Amino acid sequence: MDNIEKLDKVTVKFAGDSGDGVQIMGEQFGNVTAVVGNDFATLPDYPAEIRAPQGTTYGVSSYQIQFAAYDIYTPGDNPDVLVAFNPAALKVNLPTLKPGGIIIANEDEFTEQNLRKAGFESNPLEDGSLNSYRIYRVPITRLTLEALKEEPIGHREKLRCKNFFALGMISWLFSRPLDPIISFLNKRFASKPEILGANIKALKAGYNICDTMEIFPVHYQVPPARLEPGKYRNINGALATAYGLVVASHKSGLPIVYCGYPITPASEVLHILSALKHYGVISIQTEDEIAAITMAIGASYAGALGITGTSGPGLALKIESLNLAVMAEIPLVVFDYQRAGISTGMPTKTEQGDLLFALFGRPSDSHVIILAPCSPSDCFWTAIEAVKLTTKYMTPVLVLSDQFLIHSSEPWKLPELENIPNIEIEFRKNPEGFYPYIRDEKTLARPWVKVGTPGLEHRIGGLEKSHIYGNVSYDPENHDLMTKLRAQKVQRAVQDIPDVQIMGPPDGEILVVGWGSTYGHIKAAVELANSEGMKVSMIHLRHLNPLPKNLGEVLRKFKKVVVPELNLGQLSYVIRARYLVDAIGYNRVTGKPFNVSELLSFIKEEYKGLKTH
Amino acid sequence: MSTLEKQIEEKTYKPSDFKSDQEPRWCPGCEDYAIIKAFQTALAELGIPKEKHAVISGIGCAARLPYYMSTYGFHTIHGRPIPIATGVKIANPELSVWVITGDGDGISIGGNHLIHVMRRNVDINILLFDNKVYGLTKGQYSPTSNKGTVNKSAPFGTIEEPAEPVALALASGATFVARTSAAYVKHLTELIKEAHKHKGTSFIHIYQNCYIYNDGVFDDFTRKEVREERNLILEHGKPLIFGKNRDKGLRFKNGRFEIVEFDPKNPPEDLTVHDETNLSLAFALSKLYWPEYPVPMGIFRRVSQPSFEEMLYTQIEKAKERFQTDIAKLLYSGDIWEVR
Repeated sequence: MDNIEKLDKVTVKFAGDSGDGVQIMGEQFGNVTAVVGNDFATLPDYPAEIRAPQGTTYGVSSYQIQFAAYDIYTPGDNPDVLVAFNPAALKVNLPTLKPGGIIIANEDEFTEQNLRKAGFESNPLEDGSLNSYRIYRVPITRLTLEALKEEPIGHREKLRCKNFFALGMISWLFSRPLDPIISFLNKRFASKPEILGANIKALKAGYNICDTMEIFPVHYQVPPARLEPGKYRNINGALATAYGLVVASHKSGLPIVYCGYPITPASEVLHILSALKHYGVISIQTEDEIAAITMAIGASYAGALGITGTSGPGLALKIESLNLAVMAEIPLVVFDYQRAGISTGMPTKTEQGDLLFALFGRPSDSHVIILAPCSPSDCFWTAIEAVKLTTKYMTPVLVLSDQFLIHSSEPWKLPELENIPNIEIEFRKNPEGFYPYIRDEKTLARPWVKVGTPGLEHRIGGLEKSHIYGNVSYDPENHDLMTKLRAQKVQRAVQDIPDVQIMGPPDGEILVVGWGSTYGHIKAAVELANSEGMKVSMIHLRHLNPLPKNLGEVLRKFKKVVVPELNLGQLSYVIRARYLVDAIGYNRVTGKPFNVSELLSFIKEEYKGLKTH
Repeated sequence: MSTLEKQIEEKTYKPSDFKSDQEPRWCPGCEDYAIIKAFQTALAELGIPKEKHAVISGIGCAARLPYYMSTYGFHTIHGRPIPIATGVKIANPELSVWVITGDGDGISIGGNHLIHVMRRNVDINILLFDNKVYGLTKGQYSPTSNKGTVNKSAPFGTIEEPAEPVALALASGATFVARTSAAYVKHLTELIKEAHKHKGTSFIHIYQNCYIYNDGVFDDFTRKEVREERNLILEHGKPLIFGKNRDKGLRFKNGRFEIVEFDPKNPPEDLTVHDETNLSLAFALSKLYWPEYPVPMGIFRRVSQPSFEEMLYTQIEKAKERFQTDIAKLLYSGDIWEVR
């Protein structure tokens, strides 16, 4: 009979050459994990090279997923199970594998040549170096070819089915149903029946072989998590952003014009929106980054909603145009999907390096509203909020998303569309008393006029304008006033920004302050700290400019303020400058999200330091 | 009758109706005054309600023009009026969108956008003021400056070949390309109206004298006394004839033009006939310049092709017919599971 072992939390990592189909395998495993009701979080990781030379360590692509019978916040630090399609995948991922963890290796690929390419002197599957792990050597390539012997497809196509063979094995190992994967394959290969048949056969063969060959001594089962009741789907940050924009368009009645130039990792969102034309989405792939933002500005000027998305290098190119939108005071949403490093850096890795750039990286005193989503599904809500704020305050909103959020996925409790509030848009139509720079008393916003409205013809531009009347002005006092008004207007948005909520004790010893995509990792570390008896509180910022109005007061309630960031201390800098609070940074720039146990150790040290004082 | 047509019928405009309350601040004697006059006259004659016009400029002397118009106007940043105008047209295809640019703004810093707007055929009208110099920054050579031009940034004379805007536009796939001079206000007015009628990107290359930094650079062929001898006025379907006495013509032979002189009463039959749809001919004409050849003026190329925004909206409409458009269903796409 089946030997079933119950687990409450597991991290699995699939790793192979970038052509091995590891990402699709991971995504499908994620979907099945969702269907069986576990909570989960995923971390895809792939090289910048599209097809790096086979068998090399720098060509390794991987997909990590943590799933659990309770709420979890991160894709896990150290995998319990590693599926390695070749020696390079083993080499790269072995250092993070949990001691005593399971390695499932495709032994067919452990040839002398591949071992050499990966930098192994002898075969680790044979030389005893992996004795502290549980190794399962499976000839995945040969078994796949054997299973597909009769299939009417070529040798290469057969080889490409080995990811689904392995997925079949893992599905057996974790007691997963195959049906959701089969229905995915049916959709994906609807027009290629031979490929469809072969993949389904490989999937089933992988599953069945675990029974017949008794590869693994046990199956594992992770019971469903107790998530809040409701309907759920799996969502990553790219999809959530795109859906958020479509909903914002619907709720505001404004057509969206999303303009982008291909750049990693922002292109994902451009791809998704380009396929949503039936929802009225206008998406334009432009000739360069500057055209992307200026077309969006043109669209907003005319009365639609201009949006652009990019990453660091592209944002640098857009800055002069961004300042035009600040000066002209028109709506514009700019998504910066931050990636690692200066210049080209590490385009497929994550970082939070653009906060100070977003805050200060423009000539003169130029301020924009800055938001940062804190999880993949929060990208949905942030997109809607960005549209609301940019149209209400008539000033650009910059959204600091990142590479991790774009690709990482989690279960998302689906909202009811009718429960999402409308975004009220008021176009000025009445010519009486109209001036282009007359301001709303509460928001300081100037009126938004659709080009084409009779009687309201006016001129705007990058030159300084006179207060209220909007004519070109070099008057010294006027410039002083207008500069201050533009800055004040951005600060007025604080009235639409909720206070920060303290998680944990409301005052006392230590407060951990995070922002953006690190929410899950920080929360996991803080919860662990509290479960070990420490008193640690946390707050997480989704609004970076303006900052929530109670932030200073909250910071001062704690003896110590710790700020973990995936940069060299940018929020710490802001907190020190703004509130004169001695923020202590925990700063890592590895291109990866935080390692929860490392962060926990840091918090522990800081906590100990407090106690010894 | 659409509302727009009704408004056109009801309203008649004078050129002065297109003047704003702001006093133009170009240098006295600047030919930009002539261009804005032609522009305002053309708009008045077109009769479209003034709120339907959006005039978008970049940076440079020319780029101040929108402030002096009573239409909607946006004075933007250096080199970028074309993508901004594209955004305006995409957001509201009903608008009549004008780009005011110059040789620095349009050919140098914004050169990339010029290529791509023409390739896309967005229905906007581009007026490129070419004075072959950077005026607003006080006299540096521009990408169209004649080779050997001496000025502040080229005290020993430029060593660069000038860019030819008409040739660039043609090479980029423009569907309407014309040239004239600010000295020919009537011709310019007519071309502006033709440009507006054209569906797709219209490009007018306008020679414009900078009285301060490059005075007289076009005099060799635009002075009244020499105009007819040294310009070639392009007319679709008509032979390429020029000269005060209409006694010279162009013949395309072995891949180049030769100038033929003849008795005007009896022009030779093998003169090249202008054809606005012939790209090779247009391209060859665009390379003609004084003193080797007369300078061609008029419409080099005019062909009908679907505009970018037309195709964009057609694609959206077709997608709406093919796929479901319920946003709630979009959120619920993919595998859904329920937690009870």
